[in-house]
Amino acid sequence: MQALSRLLPILPGDYPLPVLVVVHVRPGRRNVLASLFAAKCNLEVREPDDKEPIAPGTILFAPPDYHMLVETDRTVSLSVEGPVQFSRPSIDVLFESAADAYGSGLVGAVLTGANHDGAEGLRALFEAGGTALVENPAGAAYPVMPRAALTLVPGAESLPLDALAQRLLDLAG
Amino acid sequence: MVKERMDAEKMDGEQIEDIEIRLLLEALFRRYHYDFRNYAQASLKRRLRQARDQMGLPTFSALQDRLLRDPATVSRLLGFLTVQVSELFRDPAYFRAIREKVVPHLRTYPSLKVWIAGCSSGEELYSFVILFREEGLEDRTLFYATDINQDALDAAARGIYPLDRLRTFTENHQLSGGKSSLSDYYSTAYGHAAFDKSLRERVVFSDHSLVTDAVFAEMHLISCRNVMIYFDRGLQDRAVGLFRGSLARKGFLGLGAKESLRFSQYAGSFGEFVREEKIYQRRDP
Repeated sequence: MQALSRLLPILPGDYPLPVLVVVHVRPGRRNVLASLFAAKCNLEVREPDDKEPIAPGTILFAPPDYHMLVETDRTVSLSVEGPVQFSRPSIDVLFESAADAYGSGLVGAVLTGANHDGAEGLRALFEAGGTALVENPAGAAYPVMPRAALTLVPGAESLPLDALAQRLLDLAG
Repeated sequence: MVKERMDAEKMDGEQIEDIEIRLLLEALFRRYHYDFRNYAQASLKRRLRQARDQMGLPTFSALQDRLLRDPATVSRLLGFLTVQVSELFRDPAYFRAIREKVVPHLRTYPSLKVWIAGCSSGEELYSFVILFREEGLEDRTLFYATDINQDALDAAARGIYPLDRLRTFTENHQLSGGKSSLSDYYSTAYGHAAFDKSLRERVVFSDHSLVTDAVFAEMHLISCRNVMIYFDRGLQDRAVGLFRGSLARKGFLGLGAKESLRFSQYAGSFGEFVREEKIYQRRDP
C-alpha cells in the first residue's frame, strides 16, 4: 500500500499506458482501494467490471476476491476460481494472462509483499519478452515477495522505489 | 539474431499451444457435447494447463488423445473447467437487496419460479431457499437449480459442506439481513454440515447448459452469479438472450457483483433495478 502510494501518484495525467494493479487484501467491501487511490492519483482509478475494455490512462485495481485477467482482445476478464499462492486476486494469474496478451510490450513490477505470488507470473512475462521490474528487497517493507521474484527471474531489474517509478515514466516515453 | 530466432521458436510454441487448445475443445464438444469453445480464453487456458499438468501429460494433444478414448477423463476435466468456490450468501449486500427490494414485488404473485443458473455445488441455491423461507415465500415457489456439471449437481443435491466454512456462511447470512439462525437449517457430523432435506422439497435439479440449451420455463427471478464471467462476449450475449426469453414480464435478473449488462447487446432489454448490486428487471416495450 505504501509502496503503491509512492508509485501511482507519480504517473502524470497523460500517462499513455493502462495500469493494472493487484493488491492482496482480505475479501471485503468493494471499491475501497480504488476510491482511496482515485483521490491521490492523476489518472482515473477504478475496479473494472468483467469484459471491460482496457483503456490507456486508467488504473484498474483487481476487485477483492476475484482474479483479474487480460484477454487477447485487451479486455478484462474476472474469475473466482480458487486462490493461487493463497491469493485471490493473484499476481501470477494477472501477469501470465497479460504476458499472453501483450508479449514484449508488457511491463511488470513486483513490489513489497509477504508471499511468493508474482514470481511465476514475472517469469512468464520475462520469457514473453516483457520488461521485468522488482522493488529492491533491501528497501522493501516485506522483502519476501521481491526476493522470490528475483530468485526466479534473475534477469529482472531490481530497483529502489523512486528509480522504479522513474523507469515506469521512461518506459512509457 | 539469436534472440530473434528464439522469439520465432517461442512464437511457434505459443501458436502450437493455441491450435492444440482449439482442437481439444473441438474434441470435447464433438465426442461429449460439452461446449467450451467460446469461453473466455485467459482463464480457460490457465485451467487447461492445470488439468494437463495434474494429469501428468506433456501436451494438450496428449490430453486430447486421452479424452477421446477414455470417457472417465471427461468428468476430471470438467472438474477443472467448471471449478467454482462459492459461499452461502456470498456478497451479503446482494441478498439484502433481494430481500428488501425484490421480495416485496415477488409477494404480489400467487406462485413463483426462481432459476439458479450455474448452481455449482449449491451454495447460492440454499441461500435463496433459506431467504424465501424466512420471507414466507418458499411454499409458493419452485426453484430450478441447473448446471452442466453432473458432479456439481450431485453435490448441490447433497448439500453437505465442510464445517470450517460455516463461520463465513453464518456471518454472511447475518449481514444479508437473515431473520433466523443459520444453524436451524443444518446438522453437523464428522466435520461437516448437512443442510436439511426440507430445503430441497421445492427444488428441481437439472442438467442445463447456457451455451447449447434453450429457454427454460417462465421465471420471476433468475440469479446467475459469476458464471458468465467465464464466457466470451458472444456467448455472454447468448446467455443473456436466453435469460431475457426465460423471464416473465418484469422478471428480475441478478448477476455477480462485477458483472454488467453494459457491454451486452441486450442492455436495452433490461432496466437497472438495484444498480450497485447488479439486479436488473426485464423491460417490456
